[in-house]
Amino acid sequence: MTADSQIMIDVNRVSKFFGTFQALNDVSFTVRDGEKVVIIGPSGSGKSTILRSINRLETIDRGKITVHGMDVCDPKVDICKVREEVGMVFQSFNLFPHKTVLENLTLAQTVVRKRNKSDAEEIAMELLRKVDISEKAYAYPAKLSGGQQQRVAIARSLAMNPKAILFDEPTSALDPEMIGEVLDVMKNLAREGMTMIVVTHEMNFAREVADRVIFMDHGKIVEEGTPEHFFTNPTHDRAKLFLSQIL
Amino acid sequence: MTDNTTSNKSIDVGEGAAIPHKSDSGLFTAWRIAFFGAIGLCLYLAFGKPDSYMAIFKFIPDGIVVTFKVTIGSILLAIVFGLIAGLGRISTNRFINGLASLYVEIIRGVPLLVQLFYIYYALGRFVKLPDMFSAIIAMAFCYGAYMAEIFRAGIQSIPKGQMEAALSLGMSRSQAMRQVILPQAFKVVLPPIGNEFIALLKDSSLVSILAVSDLLRRGREYASETFSYFETYTVIALIYLIMTLFFSKLIGIMEERLNDGR
Repeated sequence: MTADSQIMIDVNRVSKFFGTFQALNDVSFTVRDGEKVVIIGPSGSGKSTILRSINRLETIDRGKITVHGMDVCDPKVDICKVREEVGMVFQSFNLFPHKTVLENLTLAQTVVRKRNKSDAEEIAMELLRKVDISEKAYAYPAKLSGGQQQRVAIARSLAMNPKAILFDEPTSALDPEMIGEVLDVMKNLAREGMTMIVVTHEMNFAREVADRVIFMDHGKIVEEGTPEHFFTNPTHDRAKLFLSQIL
Repeated sequence: MTDNTTSNKSIDVGEGAAIPHKSDSGLFTAWRIAFFGAIGLCLYLAFGKPDSYMAIFKFIPDGIVVTFKVTIGSILLAIVFGLIAGLGRISTNRFINGLASLYVEIIRGVPLLVQLFYIYYALGRFVKLPDMFSAIIAMAFCYGAYMAEIFRAGIQSIPKGQMEAALSLGMSRSQAMRQVILPQAFKVVLPPIGNEFIALLKDSSLVSILAVSDLLRRGREYASETFSYFETYTVIALIYLIMTLFFSKLIGIMEERLNDGR
């Protein structure tokens, strides 16, 4: 990653409380254009919360987050504009069950991007071919396996031509034999240069794809570095303990 | 709203004619006996005892039409009121939320008959509307409050992730509501709205006190002329029964179709 490439997402000294529980504690990091960052950590460490704060699905109490120069927390900034640029893939897929696979991909294109129906469908079909599920275009999500649903969800996100995609534990709800097909799609995206922030427990994926690994615990970034550094020689005891438990 | 959260034991007793479900075989056969029995009895009275009953059957059909007009008009308007108030009840705007909650609380705390009188005569002080129109507005205003709770519950039954997914695609809250949440919620609220329809069909008899010539009022008119009270109200009761049983069956079938689909 070249140092002069543009900063895409900037998280600056962010804190958040749920009641008295501090979910995020002074979290800062930046993601440059084209960079792939993997966030790992034990459950309850705040990794999903920080991801969801980037497109304001969670509000933050202190600090500042900018996406492509837009201040996410500024009420004057149209949050829809930020969300158009930053796709999100959820653990539970969240496909729209009352719409076909194809309609899932065309809905936001027509409603938000104002594309006409045939253009939107053309783009949708191309993306469905890309995630290798075009034969299910006219099926409803309930007829698809978890892995297929998650691939559709990734395609739905791509249909908006986002500049970055946030993945919130995209494989955690999947049966083991379906994890591979979703990770393959994500690896392809990474190769094409998509900017990605991925919260995951898939350590092999992190090792293979990440430019940088961020390890969080108790709402704090404990360790940040290249995958080689993190997996072979973590400096922090908490990170060592976590790796010894998970690997 | 004080929802019943203090006790986790709850029983579910529907008001009005129960929608028969296949698994509930006792009710299912009871439905058959009541429905075909009522039709049979009507036919017997009309043709077996034409001297006392034929005239009644000829006198009241106008009233059936009015009852239908009032019921259908009221349910449609109540759905509009209910949707608006239901959306108000889940609004994060405190003023809108407060207003919608107040409407629901007040309406549900006053007997329907009292409300009908009140709204009918309150409306009459400001505008001169046809009687049936005032009655429909009054009924819809009352039922809208119950409908609001159905819509609120229906919308809240849709998983949070659906709204999040729509928002994260760049949709506004109202776009997400229209395109993603409400189409799913409508499917959920259809059965309870069906129940409300049947309850409303029966409660529509209350408008007979407001100079609206519905089924019950036509019966009263006939009876007071002929003094054949028993015969008239027998027929009126049978016709209401046939109507509610017919519609509860129809709604049951609709619901089944809906569940068979995706």
